[in-house]
Amino acid sequence: MILHGRGISQGTATGPLLIGPDPISFLSGVDPETGIVMEKGHPLEGKDITGTVLAFEYGKGSTVGSYILYALSRSGHAPAAIINTEAEPIIVVGAIIGHIPMVDRLSIPLMDLPSGTIAEVNGTSGIVSFS
Amino acid sequence: MFLTAEEEAVLAGEEGPTRQQLMEILVAMGKVFEAEKMVPIRSAQVSGASYKTIGRWGLEWLSSLDAKASVPAILNPVGMDRIRWKEMDIDPVFAKNQLDVIAAYERLGIRLECTCTPYYLTITEYGDHLAWSESSAVAYANSVIGARTNREGGPSALAAAILGRTPAYGLHLVENRTPVFTFHVEGAPEKTDESWYGALGYLAGKIAGNRVPIFTGIRPSRDQLKNLGAAMAATGATALYHVQDITPEARVFKFDTTSLESITITASEVADVYSSAEPDAVAIGCPHCSDEELTKIAEKLQGCRVKKPLYVFAARDVITRSAKAVGTIEKSGAKVYADTCMVVSPALEQYKTIMVSSGKALSYVPNMCGAASVIGTLDDCLSAACR
Repeated sequence: MILHGRGISQGTATGPLLIGPDPISFLSGVDPETGIVMEKGHPLEGKDITGTVLAFEYGKGSTVGSYILYALSRSGHAPAAIINTEAEPIIVVGAIIGHIPMVDRLSIPLMDLPSGTIAEVNGTSGIVSFS
Repeated sequence: MFLTAEEEAVLAGEEGPTRQQLMEILVAMGKVFEAEKMVPIRSAQVSGASYKTIGRWGLEWLSSLDAKASVPAILNPVGMDRIRWKEMDIDPVFAKNQLDVIAAYERLGIRLECTCTPYYLTITEYGDHLAWSESSAVAYANSVIGARTNREGGPSALAAAILGRTPAYGLHLVENRTPVFTFHVEGAPEKTDESWYGALGYLAGKIAGNRVPIFTGIRPSRDQLKNLGAAMAATGATALYHVQDITPEARVFKFDTTSLESITITASEVADVYSSAEPDAVAIGCPHCSDEELTKIAEKLQGCRVKKPLYVFAARDVITRSAKAVGTIEKSGAKVYADTCMVVSPALEQYKTIMVSSGKALSYVPNMCGAASVIGTLDDCLSAACR
């Protein structure tokens, strides 16, 4: 399956698709040293986002969350790529400074993406393919 | 989004990885907010200056960049006076980290002034496009000067400072600057001080949210407008307001207000914002004092000796050029600090009740310092400090 979205952060990466449909706050919601989601009650609580293609609605919480994405990238625990329903500044800045490819506005809802498959995200062209 | 050949080249990395990364931020912001192109900016004001907010990862990111600002760029206030921090009883570990952040910005060509009043230090004129961050500075630039800026985040303002441009959306476009409702002020006193406009803004911001209002029934001075906008940006999300016959765009465009929704605020509602509680410290300079405000404080403190801590905050350049007034103020036992303020410095966390003359500080001090806040006129503030 190939979907067309909007390229937001340049580069290409591949990883297992992880869908956490709700918005994510990276500041205090994700441990920058391990990549484990800590936010209580979040559908992804306890999950490791390291190396995944992480699909979620959009960022929420403090703008300092951008620096947490940078920290995850430095500690080797960043997602390989990000898919958002709608990009907003916190995740956009975090993805760019963390060198994480990112796309938004795919043509189908996040929950309809083929969970568990391997996704390849091209943040320059906006094309995502699943296998 | 349309990019010029020069912008495309930067995005492709032809001018190195830092400028590429920062251009990528501006282009992505342009996509998010559906800008059609970039506009050149005259100056930038960069937030993300306090170590307390950006932390070690923010500092590390700044340190990884290699570029210089291409337009005048000024930092937001930080947690301490960068020279007199010991006098403020600042923890040395905090001070070291804070000085590292300031040094990282200096390396990027950002001026070492840490202030929320960049308009006292840069030439900013009607119609100029800017990329400023601090909410009261944004409100002042848009409303009082008629310049055009959105409220930028730290990284996007830094990217704009270095690349000299910003995506054209929001308040950069004339069509988004028209008032959508009227604030009619009933019974405004003819002669009043800045604090009255702070109290008015404190009420008005809660009602306005992020909508652009036009005020009628008031004739504020520049310093009064500064306090009005700062308070509205604190209790609401105001980035632009107009005052009929006073602010530049209201005079140029002569907005037709007859069909707009009208909300009335009365002088007695404004009076109710004041309180007679006795403070244990007094803080003035939110936003940072102008030269005129420092002169006025000095005149009123002539020959007085303060009995409670009195803090006054202003930009370092303003302090330097108002040396005589500052000398008089400090002779009373008060302190005039640069680079910081009562909202962002941990130095004011030791007090129970702080009296301020600012509607913005009235709103922020309880959460930021853990102290109660009361608003008084400048006279109330100075007499509270002296008794």
